[in-house]
Amino acid sequence: MMKKLSASPLIWPVLALVALLIVNVIVTPTFLSIRVQDGHLFGSTVDILRNGAPTMLVALGMTLVIASRGIDLSVGAVVAVSGALACAHIAASDDPAGAGTVVTAMGIALGVAVGLGLWNGLLVSVFGVQPIIATLVLMTAGRGLALLITDGQIVTITSAPFKILGSGFVFGLPVAILVSLSVFALVGLLTRRTALGMLLESVGINPEASRLAGVRYRTIVFAVYVFCALCAGIAGLMIASNISAADANNAGLWIEMDAILAVVIGGTSLLGGRFSLTGTILGALIIQTLTTTVYTAGITPETTLVFKALVVIAVCLLQAPKFRVLVARRRKRPAPPTGHAATEEVAGQQVSVPAPPTMAAK
Amino acid sequence: MTTPHPGPTAAPVVRMQGVTIDFPGVKALDAVDFRLLPGEIHALMGENGAGKSTLIKVLTGVYDPDAGSITVDGVEQRFSGPRQAQDAGISTVYQEVNLCTNLTVAENILLGREPRRLGRIDYRAMRRRAAELLGQLDLTIDPGSTLGAHPIAIQQLVAIARATAISARVLILDEPTSSLDADEVAELFRVMRRLRDGGTAILFVSHFLDQVYAISDRMTVLRNGRLVGEYPTAELDRVQLVAAMLGHELDVLEEIGDAASATTPSTGEPVLSARGLGRKPKLQPVDLDVHRGEVVGLAGLLGSGRTELARLLFGADRASSGSVSVNGSSDAMRTPRAAIAKGLAFSSEDRKGEGIIGDLSVRENLILALQARRGFARPLSKKVKDDLVDRYMEALDIRPRNPGTPVKNLSGGNQQKVLLARWLITEPQLFILDEPTRGIDVGAKAQIQKLVTDLAKDGMGVVFISAELDEVARISDRIAVLRDGKCVAQVGSDRSVRELTALIAAGGAE
Repeated sequence: MMKKLSASPLIWPVLALVALLIVNVIVTPTFLSIRVQDGHLFGSTVDILRNGAPTMLVALGMTLVIASRGIDLSVGAVVAVSGALACAHIAASDDPAGAGTVVTAMGIALGVAVGLGLWNGLLVSVFGVQPIIATLVLMTAGRGLALLITDGQIVTITSAPFKILGSGFVFGLPVAILVSLSVFALVGLLTRRTALGMLLESVGINPEASRLAGVRYRTIVFAVYVFCALCAGIAGLMIASNISAADANNAGLWIEMDAILAVVIGGTSLLGGRFSLTGTILGALIIQTLTTTVYTAGITPETTLVFKALVVIAVCLLQAPKFRVLVARRRKRPAPPTGHAATEEVAGQQVSVPAPPTMAAK
Repeated sequence: MTTPHPGPTAAPVVRMQGVTIDFPGVKALDAVDFRLLPGEIHALMGENGAGKSTLIKVLTGVYDPDAGSITVDGVEQRFSGPRQAQDAGISTVYQEVNLCTNLTVAENILLGREPRRLGRIDYRAMRRRAAELLGQLDLTIDPGSTLGAHPIAIQQLVAIARATAISARVLILDEPTSSLDADEVAELFRVMRRLRDGGTAILFVSHFLDQVYAISDRMTVLRNGRLVGEYPTAELDRVQLVAAMLGHELDVLEEIGDAASATTPSTGEPVLSARGLGRKPKLQPVDLDVHRGEVVGLAGLLGSGRTELARLLFGADRASSGSVSVNGSSDAMRTPRAAIAKGLAFSSEDRKGEGIIGDLSVRENLILALQARRGFARPLSKKVKDDLVDRYMEALDIRPRNPGTPVKNLSGGNQQKVLLARWLITEPQLFILDEPTRGIDVGAKAQIQKLVTDLAKDGMGVVFISAELDEVARISDRIAVLRDGKCVAQVGSDRSVRELTALIAAGGAE
């Protein structure tokens, strides 16, 4: 039982999260308490979820991109562009509080986000530009674009419907959490209930073998960049909605780093291939909890980044096979029998031709 | 044409005895003896998977042999890394030049052993020393020029000069001529002879037989990880050499007997028909037909164009000329997807690089091609999947019989069977098999050979490539012989291996 548990790659992020929560409870005994106020849930854990929602979203998109052997550095810029477009549209309209205005604003923002994703996908999958370079272009250019849209100012708006996404409540739960969890569920279904997840992993592990097996590797790579940008676009709306303003300089700043960290902490290799959406969500939660912990523990915010780095190093080391081997050796435990290597024990057995698989044709 | 070289009485500078390298499921080297004499150019010959590169890696300290000994200058060595091998005087120039193209020629030659003065690099002395070394090889290259500004041929010569700078006793040249033109090859050979005459032992690997005969004094032939023999070049003619490289493994194939020739290939419409199919500069236009129930073998040496032809048939590479039609209809957009849709299947010679998806399970690898054809939105149900996977793992005897195992943990033979099963699940009409039996153990090999003949009996068209001529001759109904990127003959399976060998080997000697 214990062995099976420790074999799961999710065990370390789970343990890290639990450890962080315990630290918080020790420092702030009321940490886990949740109170209901005006029918809405409030509490530190709810805050963590709500504040972590944009990172979660971006990290979900990033997971698929990383699974395809790529990386998307432009998500922070897309966050800024998306927020800037929505706020600029609402600020310029005659009826900032109208539902129509808000829907149009969100539509424009997400449409442009998808357009930016198409650009990334084009560079990477059609022209074969290295993902880190291709998305670096948009990382810098995108933020410039956001600054152009907002004229370098912080665009503040007053729009009740727009505020719902970032700080509204439905059924007592913050809308932002619900949106992120819905996207999580949707991507989970899309990748694991269809064959998409397997085909994506196949492309990430061995693109050439996948191509020769008839996998639409280009389309898949293209699609993950578009999806990632869409996630960043929604996250941008959330952030702008939460503060009722578009800050082109700071919205989504370093979110690409948080997202990549969340993916890595969650156990998805940067080399591509096997991915875990649940791991990514856990990773995003760890990062957000860490930030909150630093605040509640009264440590200066400047040290947050150092703390983040320490936890990330710890989790990543624990996942590294070489490190585990080292630790295992230290403990001087006998190595478990390896039963994985196949042994060849055939000798001239007859191979019969299989009957045509009729079911496959359906 | 060869200058006098020391007779076999000279003490070898390198001697390997009983060197064995075990990889999971296959012996890459099996008790191989090898000796390299000072002042000779020694060609290492063999097909893919013969063990050439493994032997070189043992010699350069990359692999530690599981058994056997290596002595250099009479001292037994156990290299724990490439550095030790270099210190023992063994230097290697690889096919892909591994120098720093952004540094100067002089810096490259003396990298890591720069002359110093007062703790700083003495660039003037460095250039002088580099010019001296280049001069010894009669090379007129400006030591101050940037390496990247020179063509590959010059870069290779610089790499050789670098080897002489560390006063290497043994120089290994791994396919140095593959990207050189005739003049460049001549220049390289001049430098090689000069070094040899100075007493350096040179190990030369090339798949160009002409070059091997032009430059080498002796040769060692490997096949399937075993030593076939060591010969003075003058005493082994081309046909004998090719026969030694391709070999005869009669024992394995007894049970198949003449099964291939017993079948009667239909003479009707071909399943696949290629006209003028070529790809510059590797393959000149070829016409080829494959009928239902027919096994067409592609015979030829490494680099003859056999793999290029297979890839073009499947649409894995873009052809520069010609067309392929399947069941009478040709299509312009030749991609693997289009080929698969028409009932083609292709198992690449590069099992790891272009075949298996290592981290995915056996189950996922098995259904990959079928699932890709159906599209992601129509996943196979668990029941259908399990059924297919069980049936094919059973039928092809894939072990261990655990579909959840990552395929990279399987032995080579079982990985190959997984690949074959992946394609059989798609029920292809034409199966292109590029070296499906390379580097796998004898049992799995026999199973795969049997499978191929059985598939043909059931009406599938097969294109079969193997480095082992005997295997091709036994399994095929018809054989297309390729040489230097040309299809030189298409013959029936009644030809003897000896005749085929002559067809493949003919070349400069014609």
